[in-house]
Amino acid sequence: MALTAVFFYLFATLAVASAAMVIVAKNPVHAVLFLILVFFNAAGLFVLLNAEFLAMLLVIVYVGAVAVLFLFVVMMLDVDFAELRAGFIKNAPIGVIVGGVVLAELIALFVARGAGPVTTAVKGSPVPSGVSNTEALGLIIYTKYVFFFQAAGLILLVAMIGAIVLTLQHRKAVRRQSIPVQVARTPANAMAVVKVAPGETGMPAEPKGQG
Amino acid sequence: MTEAATYAPIYPELVLAIGAMALLMFGAFTRETDDNAQLGGWLAIVILAVAAGMILAQPAETVTVFNGAFIVDPFGRFMKLLMLAGSAFAILMSHGYFKRHRALKFELPVLILLGTVGMSMMISAGDFIALYLGVELHSLVSYVLAAIRRDDVRASEAGLKYFVLGALSSGMLLYGASLIYGFTGTTSLAGIAAAIPPGGVPSLGIIIGLVFLLAGMAFKVAAVPFHMWSPDVYEGSPTPITAFFAAAGKVAAVALLTRVVIAGFPNAVAQWQQIIVFAAIGSMLLGAFAAIGQTNLKRLMAYSSIGHVGFMLVGLAAANADGVAGILIYMAIYLAMTLGVFAVILAMRREEGMVEDIYELAGLAQTDLKMAAVLGVLLFSLAGVPPLAGFFAKWYVLAPAVKAGLGWLAIIGVLASVVSAFYYLRIIKIMFFDDPKPAFEKSDAALVFVMGASVIFTLVFVIWPGPSILDAANAAAVTLKF
Repeated sequence: MALTAVFFYLFATLAVASAAMVIVAKNPVHAVLFLILVFFNAAGLFVLLNAEFLAMLLVIVYVGAVAVLFLFVVMMLDVDFAELRAGFIKNAPIGVIVGGVVLAELIALFVARGAGPVTTAVKGSPVPSGVSNTEALGLIIYTKYVFFFQAAGLILLVAMIGAIVLTLQHRKAVRRQSIPVQVARTPANAMAVVKVAPGETGMPAEPKGQG
Repeated sequence: MTEAATYAPIYPELVLAIGAMALLMFGAFTRETDDNAQLGGWLAIVILAVAAGMILAQPAETVTVFNGAFIVDPFGRFMKLLMLAGSAFAILMSHGYFKRHRALKFELPVLILLGTVGMSMMISAGDFIALYLGVELHSLVSYVLAAIRRDDVRASEAGLKYFVLGALSSGMLLYGASLIYGFTGTTSLAGIAAAIPPGGVPSLGIIIGLVFLLAGMAFKVAAVPFHMWSPDVYEGSPTPITAFFAAAGKVAAVALLTRVVIAGFPNAVAQWQQIIVFAAIGSMLLGAFAAIGQTNLKRLMAYSSIGHVGFMLVGLAAANADGVAGILIYMAIYLAMTLGVFAVILAMRREEGMVEDIYELAGLAQTDLKMAAVLGVLLFSLAGVPPLAGFFAKWYVLAPAVKAGLGWLAIIGVLASVVSAFYYLRIIKIMFFDDPKPAFEKSDAALVFVMGASVIFTLVFVIWPGPSILDAANAAAVTLKF
């Protein structure tokens, strides 16, 4: 039990500290690396909660795919970070003041009045015995939460359509390779036998089809 | 009851979602021509009409599916019909505009249909997860639509601004929802309502969660002080898309806000009422004063819509069935007037392109009396001059507020309405008394249709659709729990 607490505080502290570093880090590549560290720590917290599947998912999906993609984008985009930082320093005092005021207010309120009884109902739905937590998740996600599952699918569909609408360009001038057209070429429409009389340079007409 | 029949309440949404995917296939497997894209738009309008017909045919009772996550009640059905009308008219008006800008895309109606599914989820949301998914589905569609003309710098800027601020508001909404979940142990609105004892003061954690939740939703309805995105986005987006945001999007966001506070927090009225009252005063005053300096008609409409949301919030602040009925009536009338004004803005076209400045309307009465008359009637109605529809909209939200002991709020509303009359009447003065500028090109038939429908609705509201809409709204409002 004590060991669990030690690990909880280790993961939690590291997660909060690295989250702060994501914002503070001057080099955007470092910021993304800290983001990956946040994900790892959050995965650790999930393991402590006996939610191994979510922990694994976080590492594979977020660290493996999303964060690495971020890293690529950050490294490839040609952004003038010095200029961005100039704006950051100019606006930082206002941000710090606003954030500080909100934080102080929240702390003062909670200290003065107490947060109120934390419900235990949330903890009252443990993983049913006899199944692994992956299986338990599967049992609930395709039955009770099927509506949310499908709606999330629609959101991903919109994201896909949106990405295509905003980036795909049909350039008329570009010649594209079309494999069916290439395969369908026959000697009849690709070659022409031209009789060229001696001393004459006759170019044949352009053969049909492309490639 | 068979398995399939239990899901009958969600059939209209299924039609929309499956229709959108079928349209996507149609677009992907046919030639990419303007005619096909337009055909897609017409098919989308048919799908919206079918969904509207199915919603009309639903029985007038409250049904929930998916363990209370999706609520179908007369309140939701009323709002959904308005929202579907907003989407359909936006598609109808988009054809001519995008054709002339050579940006006709078959994805546009598909995205609007998917956004409509999201808005339907928002209106029917009985659970925070459904609420968030609906909001995200609608928002994601909106960001893409705002930037759909990617060769236009201002549209791209509008899309980016909308995206960044929308992500921020989603963050606040989620933070509030997670706090409320932590302190009540449930994400369903009914469960949250049950977790707060009647007559008592909800715990501090719930109140803070509620504040963040309301801040997130205030972003979506563009109420002061979370309105900053709306003038920029309204101005930069393509005009038919702005009409879509101002009409359909507004309906869904206001419906969501109304349902969450009324159905989720019936025992914390004192807590949310002060926030709503503050947002209402701020929105009405800002809508009245900030619009005075605007000469861009789309920007002016953004401020005007902020002001109108302020009036709807007055009805919400009354926190009773009459107030909610007022919101429903206001929404119906606002939708009709807004669509009409945007049809006029879309008709402001000269040979060199679209114009949006109010001074381009100079002397319109001499070059095109019909259009000037239409815009004149709509502006008088927006200003709230009786006996036009806009007057009744304001009447039915201010009267319940007075009855609920918020007379001073109603007085602020009336004063703001007087101030806002200035900039509406200024446009009328420009149209009827200034020296004429060159005439506009001939409008599309679709625009003429929307203008005509809107102006007839506004003019004869008192006699014909008014009483039946009133009855429907009163019947719908009491279905939310009080």
